[in-house]
Amino acid sequence: MAMKLRASMSGDTADIKCLMNHPMETGLRKDAASGKVVPAHFITNVTCTVGGKTVVDAQWGGGISKNPYLALKVKGAKSGDTVTVNWVDNKGEKEAISANIG
Amino acid sequence: MDRRQVLKGAGSAGAVSVAIAAGLLKPTDVFAVDAKAFAASDAGAVMAAVGGSGAEANAGVVVGAPDIAENGAVVPVDVTSNIAGTTSIAIVAEKNSLPLIAEFNFSNGAVAYVATRIKMGVTSNVIAVAKAGGKAYKGHKEVKVTIGGCGG
Repeated sequence: MAMKLRASMSGDTADIKCLMNHPMETGLRKDAASGKVVPAHFITNVTCTVGGKTVVDAQWGGGISKNPYLALKVKGAKSGDTVTVNWVDNKGEKEAISANIG
Repeated sequence: MDRRQVLKGAGSAGAVSVAIAAGLLKPTDVFAVDAKAFAASDAGAVMAAVGGSGAEANAGVVVGAPDIAENGAVVPVDVTSNIAGTTSIAIVAEKNSLPLIAEFNFSNGAVAYVATRIKMGVTSNVIAVAKAGGKAYKGHKEVKVTIGGCGG
């Protein structure tokens, strides 16, 4: 399952919806079978750009749910503009996805 | 501008904004909440870290969340700040083991709105701190959690 991104215009505002695939482990949870603490593994930074300009720059902790969902709204964007969402996690892993506003 | 000048001028906000304009500092370097705040277990310390300790309660900061969350692992939350010039929104789940959930910075036309799904260990307030014009404002919504989402 890959990262998903949808962007559509609603009046003068672009609605951006993104689903990421990530375990979002806080580092506090114990594995039910082994009883061992599952090491922290969560997305720490998310950025969203529209037409190459940063519109949202976020810092996250492990309190965002597993397989994160994120919805944003951007004014001044137009149909056809490219939206890109990037994430980086605490292990340095990263993923990005782009889509044009429909 | 060389490095020495940047360092000498770092005490004044003007020099910092010049440094940002010149591309010497990314905005996130200056305004981002300290990453350590995400490891803080005390809600008061978290509120201080996001600049929300003295935040004025304001009806313009609207937190949308269910009254009752049956599954604390996935609680849909949306935050809208109707305060003009809002540049950031932080989300804090007051009684979570690690209360700071996220902070979002807005620029270039982004609406001061965010929707996501968060984990909640127990019933508590979800607090949003919005910053606009150098001031902090807050809103909250209580979510009753029947099965916590932070332990398992």
